[in-house]
Order: sequence, then structure tokens, then C-alpha cells
Amino acid sequence: MLAFIAMHRIAFMTILMKEIRRFMRIWQQTLLPPAITMTLYFIIFGSLIGSRIGEMSGISYMSFIMPGLIMMSVINNAYSNVSSSFFSNKFQRSVEELLVAPLPNSVILTGFVFGGVARGLMTGIIVTMVALFFTDVTVFNFWILSSVVLLSSILFSLAGFINALYANKFDDVSIVPTFLLTPLSYLGGVFFSTDLLPSHWQIVSQFNPILYMVNGFRYGMLGVSDVSLATCYTILISLILILFFISMRLLNRGKGIRP
Amino acid sequence: MSLIENYSGPALSISGLGKVYDNGFVALKDVNLQVNQGDFFALLGPNGAGKSTTLGIVSGLVNKTQGKVSLLGLDLDGDIYAAKRLLGVVPQEFNFNQFEKVRDIVVTQAGYYGIEKKEAGVRADKYLKALGLWDKRDVPSRMLSGGMKRRLMIARALVHGPKVLILDEPTAGVDIELRQSMWLYLQKLNEEEGVTIILTTHYLEEAESLCKNIAIINHGEIVKNTSTKELLQELHTQTLVVDLIQAYPVRPDLKALTVTWVDDSCFEVEVNKGTAINELFEVFNDAEISVSSIRPKSNRLETLFVDLVRK
Ligand SMILES: Nc1ncnc2c1ncn2[C@@H]1O[C@H](COP(=O)(O)OP(=O)(O)OP(=O)(O)O)[C@@H](O)[C@H]1O
Ligand SMILES: [Mg+2]
Repeated sequence: MLAFIAMHRIAFMTILMKEIRRFMRIWQQTLLPPAITMTLYFIIFGSLIGSRIGEMSGISYMSFIMPGLIMMSVINNAYSNVSSSFFSNKFQRSVEELLVAPLPNSVILTGFVFGGVARGLMTGIIVTMVALFFTDVTVFNFWILSSVVLLSSILFSLAGFINALYANKFDDVSIVPTFLLTPLSYLGGVFFSTDLLPSHWQIVSQFNPILYMVNGFRYGMLGVSDVSLATCYTILISLILILFFISMRLLNRGKGIRP
Repeated sequence: MSLIENYSGPALSISGLGKVYDNGFVALKDVNLQVNQGDFFALLGPNGAGKSTTLGIVSGLVNKTQGKVSLLGLDLDGDIYAAKRLLGVVPQEFNFNQFEKVRDIVVTQAGYYGIEKKEAGVRADKYLKALGLWDKRDVPSRMLSGGMKRRLMIARALVHGPKVLILDEPTAGVDIELRQSMWLYLQKLNEEEGVTIILTTHYLEEAESLCKNIAIINHGEIVKNTSTKELLQELHTQTLVVDLIQAYPVRPDLKALTVTWVDDSCFEVEVNKGTAINELFEVFNDAEISVSSIRPKSNRLETLFVDLVRK
């Protein structure tokens, strides 16, 4: 394992740095939009509406939604970084540069996934800085906070990668964020505590993985959560393993990249 | 590595290669091919014959359906990474990121082969200079001309120092002057550095004058695989076009020659294999006609090629 990593360190770093260069080069399309969206969310939901809502789970509404909003930006950006970058590599055929090289598929996959993680974390930092203009940002437990962000961005980067393998046109990489990611985030307890939901909807929402990430992250920041941390980590880690194996299988078959 | 250095077998060996694309199209039926080390080899064939499919399988860009491929003795199914290190690929279609800068593309490719950044930069600069792209190193690749893009792909393919270089139509869309310099460069690589070169081209005169060995593929099968010299010997006759200095409204007597007049000052003459061209001039002298130029009617390889792929 270590020998494997040492051998492919340069190749992995090459992919990762190329991915980082890409989203930095087009920062107007990658880093700016989440900053603007979050500013709007904070103004509208936090200041204007939030002041009328009062407290949620014993915390001011603004503080309550902040972790969820940060998390939402992180996973959206991790996902779309990998899906659009890898799809664009397919579309421009530059994926062939990777296919002719002596690169194990696992190195290609982790290179792109950590590219997505880098974009996710970068976005997280930017959005947190935006949040500082509106409210105090507290850290209840740094390790929980950072591990939940890291695992969530790995998970959604993997999902974005699978999306890119299946995609045949640019539209195909925006379908999942629009029809799945956004609704799941909105219903995933970003804006409300699931205690407010009728009991049958509380049960349904337990099947929403984003709920666990948002709550795990909220716990890391504020120390409150609707779910248990153990469940949060179990779900994150098992989903990562599942998506990793699916990605590897698809890559080994050459799905969408090798006719 | 020592295993490879002492290896004296073929550079590329393909046996029983078959490819059925997902839509059911049978692109390769049963391709068998060997290319020796140090060869300058042309794979010729009409559009859709299966050239790119064959080279794509060798390069790891296309999944094979059946058969075996080995590069310098390394089986692609077993030693894929070792094999890929020895191979450079210049595909038919442009396949680099349009927004990246020329030098970055080459340096990045070196990184995929595990070459440290500093060394990668040195190598990239060397090949960009050799291929006349030095001035364009900081330009986004989409701003290159077609011929420059092709040379960029060659620089990228060489950056890790391959022993076998595959080029799929490297001279398509490249002007005559650049084409010649590209050929010279490839010949130098072949002769001085011993790189085995395998290419496809639709310019048959190129293949005829430069390649040592030729295979012709048609409908997914190799129909001919021999040295250029032997292939050309298969021609039984050739047609020469003879231009005369004066016009001859009254045709002179050209005795036993098989002649077809094109106009008053030009005719075509068919010559059998083994006939010395000198004999023609004896006849011309006897008939007292002055020849201004004499040339083959068509490229010799072209005649053979058309014959072979029409079957
Ligand atoms: N991805 C694909 N799916 C289905 N059929 C394909 C695919 N790629 C190629 N083919 C078919 O396989 C056949 C061989 O194609 P190939 O590209 O190997 O030809 P070629 O000899 O390189 O032709 P050219 O000189 O035009 O480049 C063609 O009929 C082509 O339509
Ligand atoms: Mg082709």
C-alpha cells in the first residue's frame, strides 16, 4: 500500500493540482457563486425572516441555519467540481491523456475525488467567511466538524464522478444536482429541526443521507444535533465505501470512457 | 528494465485481435500483426478499415473483444503499466484540454508518468523546441493552428521517452514543409534513438518513401503485411507519363511500345516489370522525338492499394 502510494504520488499530485488549477482559473464560475448565494440566504432567511422566527433548537435561527448552509455549499461544490471537470475531460477527449498513461484507476479516481474535496473545502472556507459578517461562528468540536466536512465532500465527489461517467452531454451533469441534491438538502434539515416535522415525515427524512451530514456538522459547530453522531459516521463511511467500489467497477469496465 | 533491454523480439505483436463495438459493429475480425524493434511501420487502409481501432486497443483507449497484444514482450493483459511506460501515443483526433497552456499540457502528461516537476519542465522544453512550439508555450492550446496541435500531441507523446511511438495520421492537415520536417524528425528518432515508429497515413507516397514495412488493413482484416520493397515488386506494370518538347499532330512511330496519346505533346506508356527504362529512350531516339519530362502516372503504392482494397 505504502509502496503503491509512493510510486503514484507524483501522478496523484499532478491530477490534484490540475484540478485545483482548473477551479481557481474559473473562479467566477466556481468560487464566486456560492459566496453570492450564501450572502442572499443569510440576508433573507437569516436576518429578514429569521428575526421573526426566533429560536430553533434553542439557538438563534441565523446560527441554526449557518452550519447547514455551509454544508450545502460544500457538498454541492464537491459534487459539481468532479462531475463537470471529469465530464469535460471526456468531452474534450483529454481523458485519453490519463488512459494512455501507466495509471491505476484508483489513482485517477482519488485524484479527481480530492480535487472535488479541495473545491468543497475552499468553498466551505469562503462561505464561513461570509457568515462571519452576519453572526458569530463558533466551533464546538473541531475534530467532528472537520471530519464530517471531509467525509461529506469525499462522498459527494465520488457521486459526482459516477455521474460524469454516465453523462453523455453537459445537461446530464446538472440533472442530479437540480432534481436530487437540492431537494435533499432543503429537506435535510438545513432550515429546520426535524422535530418540527409530523412523525411520519420524520421517519421518511431518516432515509435522507444529507440530514446526517448537516446534523453532524451542526453538532461540530453548535453542539446540537437531531441524530446520533455514530449514525452520522456509519452512514458517511458506508456510503463512501459503496460509491468507491461502484466507481472502481465502472472505471475498470471503461464505462463511458473506453468504447 | 534489464529484461526489456535484452529483449530482442518484436516491438508489437498482435494475434487474433477482434473488436465488436457496443452497437454490435464488428470493427476487427482477426487481426494478426508483428512490428519489429526499430521498424518504421505503416498501417494503411481506407476510411473505416479499423486502423484507429487497432491502434486504440494497443494504446489502452479501446477495450478489445478478443485476442492478444504484447508490447516489447509485455502482455497488455498482465504487464499493462510496464507496457504503457514504453509506449507513446499520438491519436487521430485532438485530445487535449482546449483551455490549458501548451507547456502545461506536456508537463502534466509527464506527471502522469511519475516524472518530477523539474525534470518534466526540462523535457517539455526540449520537445517543444524540437517540434517548433517554443514560441507558443504559454498560449492556450485552442489558439494553435491544426498543424501545431498535431505537433503538440507529438511532444506530449515523447515526454516520457517511449521506445515505441504510435501515430494515427500524424500528417493530416499539416502543410508540405512542416510535413517534411515532421518526417525528418521521426526518422531521426527512429535512426538515432532506435524508437520503433508505427503510423497510419492516407498519403501513400509518404508511406512508400519512408516506411520500411507496410501492412494493409481492410474491413477489419490484414490483407497484406510485407516490406515496402517487396510490396512494390508485386506491381507487374507501371504507367509512365511522357511529355514532349514539340507537338506531334502526326504521331511518330513508337514501334512495340504500348502507348496512349493524351494530346499532341504527351503520351502514356506502359512498361513491364523488369524492363529497363533505357530501352524506352532507344525507341524515342529512333523516332527522333525529344522528351522534356517523364514521370510515373500514379504513385506505385496507390495502384497496389486500390487493387488490394477493392477485392
Ligand atoms: N465507438 C464506436 N462505436 C461504434 N462503432 C465504431 C466506434 N468507433 C469506430 N467505429 C466503427 O469501426 C470502424 C473502424 O473504425 P476506425 O476508426 O478504426 O477506422 P479507421 O481505419 O481508423 O478509419 P479512418 O481512416 O477514417 O480514420 C468504422 O466503421 C467505425 O464506424
Ligand atoms: Mg482512424
